[in-house]
Amino acid sequence: MKLEQITGKYGEFDFQKKRFRLYFEEAGSGIPLLCLHTAGSDGRQYRAVLNDPEITRRYRVVAFDMPWHGKSSPPAGWQNDDYRLTTGMYTEMIMEFARAMKLERPVVMGCSIGGRIVLDLALKHARELRALVGLQSGAFVERYYDSSWLDHPEVHGGRACGAVAYGLMSPLSPENERWETVWHYMQGGPGVFTGDLHFYQVEGDIRGRIGEIDTSVCPLYLLTGEYDYSASPRDTEAVVARVKGAKFTVMKGLGHFPMSENPEAFLGYLRPVLAEIAAR
Amino acid sequence: MIEKLPDLVNADPAIVRWGRRMNETFMVEVGDAQYLLTVDNGRIEKVEKGPFVQRTWRFAIRAKKDAWEKFWQKTPAPGWHDLFGLLRRGDVAFEGDQRVLMAYLQYVKLVLAAPRKA
Repeated sequence: MKLEQITGKYGEFDFQKKRFRLYFEEAGSGIPLLCLHTAGSDGRQYRAVLNDPEITRRYRVVAFDMPWHGKSSPPAGWQNDDYRLTTGMYTEMIMEFARAMKLERPVVMGCSIGGRIVLDLALKHARELRALVGLQSGAFVERYYDSSWLDHPEVHGGRACGAVAYGLMSPLSPENERWETVWHYMQGGPGVFTGDLHFYQVEGDIRGRIGEIDTSVCPLYLLTGEYDYSASPRDTEAVVARVKGAKFTVMKGLGHFPMSENPEAFLGYLRPVLAEIAAR
Repeated sequence: MIEKLPDLVNADPAIVRWGRRMNETFMVEVGDAQYLLTVDNGRIEKVEKGPFVQRTWRFAIRAKKDAWEKFWQKTPAPGWHDLFGLLRRGDVAFEGDQRVLMAYLQYVKLVLAAPRKA
């Protein structure tokens, strides 16, 4: 067996007066790069970034599974409540995790819901962060399907969530990587994807505030795959039009999950961005 | 194109397996043309072309002919590559029992994209 350079660990994570058993993976050393996975998935999406020697030579890459996701457990008593992600909870979780891990002025990169929350971090925590990288960032996504079916006792949640994720990827991405991305979705707990989408499609509307982002305090890089119809290049363009200094690239032939659906193509876009951030 | 679906799907076990336990009839509308597809455990047992009089179906997927043609391109353009992509742009309508459609969503997506391989 050929071992990868990634190591995974568990930790006790206290946040919002609750204790979570949190799982994270890391590799490399240098500038901290904190990676945020998409709604209903987990940190495995960043496998290629964590395994890229060119990146880990200069960056300490850390990807954590949000509570309820991947190998991170929900808190005690989860059975009594619905999981619903909100802007406040998400922002606090990221900043608390960075503090707990002693990540000093990290670069934060997030995709989809993570691409949305980096815009919120740009507004509220710019001085504490070195740079922000938003993948598939949009200020808001109107509901275009009824996501309550993804958490319904008479519909298999894994199958339905997987089928939704499947369509968001590019037909040009390698089949094996696309189906692995689907598999991560199929493994999500009941109601978790829907709970994340509460932030993405209902509560986390940031359209009214993005004009206040100051990229001279914290640089903002936005990379969007052209095949994404959830957070489309047009949605990111609408952000760029209002955020002076944001650097935007459309990723040709990629979809909603660039880092996992086509790792090689994605790294081609990410490496120059990280080199530019490291050189600042 | 819809008439070719039984051959395209039934010869491909990687599609049939996603429809295992599905025994339903659903409608696909291509512009003015209506089709009823009857599925038997993931195999497409028959395709009937309308017009129909008082026929029952579980769910219907309706789109204009040019939308399907864009969807069936070997490499569709962004936004035309998935049923939910068409839904986002308002170019498809899902009617009827949404529960069954969502339960077999992966299968339905693979079946309706099968003409891309033809």
